[in-house]
Amino acid sequence: MSELALTLLRLGFLALLWVGVFTTLSVLRRDLRAPREARPMAVQVSGSSPSAGQPAKRTKSRKGQRLVVTEGPLSGTVVPLGSTPITIGRAPDSTLVLDDDYASTNHARVYPAGGDWIVEDLNSTNGTWLGNTRITRPTVLPVAVDLRVGKTVMQVRK
Amino acid sequence: MSPPQATGAGTVRQPTRRNTELGLLILGFAIGTYALFNTTWATGSTGVSSELWIALAVLSIVGVLGHLAVRRWAPYAEPIMLPTAYLLNFLGLVMIYRLDIAEAQRASENGSPEPTPAVQGQLMWTIVGILLLALTFIVVKDHRKLQRYTYISLVLGVILLLLPLAPGIGKTINGATLWISIGGLTFQPAELAKIVLTVFLAGYLVTKKESLAIVRTRVLGIPMPRPRDLGPLLLGWLLALAVIAFEQEIGTAVIFFGLFITLLYIATQRRGWLILGLALAILGTVLAYVAFAHVRTRFEIWLDPFQYASDQGYQIVQSLYGLANGGVLGTGWGQGYPQLVPFANSDFILASFGEELGLTGLMAILLLFAILVERGYRTAVACRDVFGRLLAAGLATVFALQIFVVAGGVTKLIPMTGLTTPFMSAGGSALIANWLMVGLLLRISDVTRRPDPLVSSPDDQLTSVARL
Repeated sequence: MSELALTLLRLGFLALLWVGVFTTLSVLRRDLRAPREARPMAVQVSGSSPSAGQPAKRTKSRKGQRLVVTEGPLSGTVVPLGSTPITIGRAPDSTLVLDDDYASTNHARVYPAGGDWIVEDLNSTNGTWLGNTRITRPTVLPVAVDLRVGKTVMQVRK
Repeated sequence: MSPPQATGAGTVRQPTRRNTELGLLILGFAIGTYALFNTTWATGSTGVSSELWIALAVLSIVGVLGHLAVRRWAPYAEPIMLPTAYLLNFLGLVMIYRLDIAEAQRASENGSPEPTPAVQGQLMWTIVGILLLALTFIVVKDHRKLQRYTYISLVLGVILLLLPLAPGIGKTINGATLWISIGGLTFQPAELAKIVLTVFLAGYLVTKKESLAIVRTRVLGIPMPRPRDLGPLLLGWLLALAVIAFEQEIGTAVIFFGLFITLLYIATQRRGWLILGLALAILGTVLAYVAFAHVRTRFEIWLDPFQYASDQGYQIVQSLYGLANGGVLGTGWGQGYPQLVPFANSDFILASFGEELGLTGLMAILLLFAILVERGYRTAVACRDVFGRLLAAGLATVFALQIFVVAGGVTKLIPMTGLTTPFMSAGGSALIANWLMVGLLLRISDVTRRPDPLVSSPDDQLTSVARL
């Protein structure tokens, strides 16, 4: 094989290798720009199949809402609110697993009803606090109001 | 590109990114195939042998298997780790194949019998690795379950680490007692110990991090942990020293101790642990330097390899010559002399890449490793439970430390310690351990990104709702 062909092959490989690296990086960048790892399908816009519209439509009023942990060890964590309930507590199968002596195993539950999010205390020892009020029955969880479970504070955000 | 999964009513559809992953896998396959043909042509093989087509067929099946396993059992996992690991594995295989050709040529020139090629074995281990990836998904349905095995992991990890010292099965190869040999099959249990001990550390720190973060005294304004909490750190330190002393192996010890300190720091967020760990590491290095001849030799070679260029320093000197020969753009696949470095296809495979692909290619490979590590830490940050966070961070740390130690050793930045390059070096135990680690990371990522299953009870809508 001629010297020239080998040189071209050599440079071609390096170019292709870097194309691979940059392609990977561009995928990675798209992933970083997303609000967090998980986001509801409804946020993805272009080119989704028509069937994607069906379940998304039902959650339209809550579209893109997230439960953001603002204080505590898990601070910064974002739980996307879809159309399914999320559980908060020390149980390892909770949606938000708290490692906190002040939280109960199954502490609280947040579930959708109508266009709202409802928070319900599951007979926890130290209670679930909405603002400065300890909730005693399922309560509407408004946007941007502190929800406190043990040492963790979280908020619903748009 | 539409997501493949049809979801039932009520669950929110989450992008799974599986098609992106498939695209990256195909790109990786294309890059690897290019490298393979380039090597074949450059080394002057006439025509393409059927073995090459078989190898390509096997590798495409490996890629497809990996992709299908993720699609089936971890559909919400992030899309970058698998293709990156696959590409690194593929490139490693091509380099091992290329060095096999060189060895065969050398043997025929010397008139000695043809050496057994290493690439077949490595290809077989790649298949085993991808099958174990699938098995990880099947066995570990939820990484949080692993927390139950915290203390079993500790026992298992220490046993695995010390197994090569057991009489009868332990085996010393090239001065390091790192292998066990059962029925002619050799294995490095320390590679599996890395994973098991990471599981232990993550589980242990979940329960202990509160007390380990307690501060009593400050040294120079930096909070220091309480003396009575130092037990586990000292134990890890002694274990690392034991590995250096009895198994003549520095790299493994560095990885374990580094992992230990990093996870302590991540769990407690106290810089005191980093400083204490560093102090202990320096103390351990000095002790090892004074006490063990094999450690002393490594340091002397590192400080002035050219003084020992014909004996103990031969390897690193040849590696440096190889890197210099490669220059910026490299010699090209099959055009350099990477085979002159002893262990060119295992410990020094990065030097082989540096020679044939140059600085440009080596940087690309290091960047691919950086991407792999970034994805690991990213998985840790996104994870919603502390155990998963620590486990993912630990696994990413193991990759990061290993690459640093290997790349630093090959380029004479730090003393050479003889570790394998993840996914690339010839060696079955390391390869399957790396695939298991990627399997665990993908599982954690999958659990984190998976939308919650519908668990609403029928009385939800009936419960009276108070409005504040």
